[in-house]
Amino acid sequence: MTAAIEVIGLTKTYGDLRAVDGVDLTVGEGEFVGILGPNGAGKTTLLEMVEGLREPTAGSASVLGLPAWPRNAALLPRIGVQLQASSFFERLTAREQIHTFASLYGVAASRADEWLERVGLVEKADSRVEQLSGGQAQRLSIACALVHDPEVVFLDEPTAALDPQARRNLWDLLSGINDSGRTVVLTTHYMDEAEALADRVAIMDHGKLLVFDTPAALIHGLDAPTRITLTDGEVLTTREPAVEIARLAEQSRLDGVRVQTGTLEDVFLDLTGREYRA
Amino acid sequence: MSTPRTSRATPFWALSRAILRGFVRDRTAVFFAVVFPLMFLVLFGGLFSDQSVGKVDMIVVGDVSLIDDLPADADASFGATFDVTHSDDLDDAIAQVRKGDADVAVEQQGQTLVAHYTQTDPAKAGITAGALQALVDGTNLAVTGQPPTYSLDVESVEDESLDTIQYYTPGLLGWAVAMSAAFGAAATIQGWRQTKLLRRLQLAPVSTRTVVGARVSVTVSVALVQMAIFIGVGALFFGLTLTGAWWMAIPLLVVGTLCFMSIGLLAGAITKTQEGAVNAANFMVLPMAFLSGSFFPLEGAPQWLQTFSQVLPLKHLNDGMLDVMVRGEPWTAALLPMLFLAVFATVVTLIAARLFRWETT
Repeated sequence: MTAAIEVIGLTKTYGDLRAVDGVDLTVGEGEFVGILGPNGAGKTTLLEMVEGLREPTAGSASVLGLPAWPRNAALLPRIGVQLQASSFFERLTAREQIHTFASLYGVAASRADEWLERVGLVEKADSRVEQLSGGQAQRLSIACALVHDPEVVFLDEPTAALDPQARRNLWDLLSGINDSGRTVVLTTHYMDEAEALADRVAIMDHGKLLVFDTPAALIHGLDAPTRITLTDGEVLTTREPAVEIARLAEQSRLDGVRVQTGTLEDVFLDLTGREYRA
Repeated sequence: MSTPRTSRATPFWALSRAILRGFVRDRTAVFFAVVFPLMFLVLFGGLFSDQSVGKVDMIVVGDVSLIDDLPADADASFGATFDVTHSDDLDDAIAQVRKGDADVAVEQQGQTLVAHYTQTDPAKAGITAGALQALVDGTNLAVTGQPPTYSLDVESVEDESLDTIQYYTPGLLGWAVAMSAAFGAAATIQGWRQTKLLRRLQLAPVSTRTVVGARVSVTVSVALVQMAIFIGVGALFFGLTLTGAWWMAIPLLVVGTLCFMSIGLLAGAITKTQEGAVNAANFMVLPMAFLSGSFFPLEGAPQWLQTFSQVLPLKHLNDGMLDVMVRGEPWTAALLPMLFLAVFATVVTLIAARLFRWETT
């Protein structure tokens, strides 16, 4: 597996605050990686160093084999970024917006229109960005990040501040964007989002990378017992769920049971000793 | 990965178009850049255009042979000063004067011309008294049949002071351009920083030069449109006449625009919000407009104020534009103001660049 992103000992300090603290991270080509952590964990700072927006205090980051810092003109057309805020030109329509970004990358307007269609904004193409809903603005923002067909895409909390429905809608779009072998790095503070979208999840807290693995492996590594909740409210905790469920089936008590294995929340709790609060 | 038939704008044009659209669609910005200063031009042009005293309304009561029997040429010059109406009722005539409907009521009592007038308008009162005295003196002289020993010949000298519209068009234009350039730069730098668009553009394969160039060219274009509108309105409605080297106002205005963009840049660098940036720009530009003679000439101001105004870029912009646009100075008169503005712009830009922070927190 070729590395699309290679981060070694990356550190950023602001005075006494270690915003990012010695992070090592390797992302393979075509991988979808989620960086998960509560607010203030250092996700955005990490991402901005990898994008080449901030100079690391120590360590190094390279993307597609090229150093991220200082700003590398050869690298820029190959990466796409969506920043945390909706970075739009004021008072332009959705179409004008993406056409402008397309022109910055030397991409034809027709390709920009294709992206509008792909993110489902054709009907909103002539609406000004100020009139778009939160979800629509994020879709446009993602389309603007992808309009030049970059090899690596960075999405910084694309679903933050969206209502649950809009968040789920965006997942459908996000889960498809690495289909063509594109590498995607996404930050989020939603556990379920990281679990649903990412091939591998990196959990960050206080600037440190705690673990980096597939969601299944992380949960499996917990060795947490399975919880079976029955309709009458009884909760069974077991390390052999198959046996337990077979027993319940014999007793015809399977109707309405909920089976819960460990979640990433349990992983976080296990790693930090405290509840996960986004 | 390209579709050859579709058009593709260069980054510079795409950015310029995006910025221009954003400006034109911002009604407030357009209002303050064009309509608001134009309101002042219309106001000042209309209010102060006729500074000469109007004719004196005179009511002639009864028979006044002194006035009624004037020779033709004297009658013409008399008519230039007085608007004469006749009446037979002295009390009514005096009542009209008292109410201000007429300026003077005149009657003749034997050999004496009696004028009833008020001092409400001292200028008109003086003209009335002087003109009537001259009339009586002239008539006395004519009655003697002697040719006059002395005569008066009046020749007008080209006045140093300018007509209202000639003075206000360059001054208000300077203020308008200063305002839109400073506000534009301040609002852009703050707005783009807030939305991280500045960061986003940093990650696009376009040079800083392209981004800055697009922003500057839009503001300069807006300034030139402001100039065209001001000159057009001034010439069409208020009789503005430009003098020889007026075209030097174009490069002068371009340098002036850069200078005030640098002030806006500074305002954007030292503030944390877009409103704060615009307020800071306003705080710098509005008092400067007063102190630079945009709204009234500084000739009557105290000396220390006039000296202080020499460090203000708008003062130099206004002076330079007055010189080449209406005072008939040669094109070289704009060079020194341009140099001052360019140096000012460079220094302020360097300060702003030092103070600029990518993040607002």
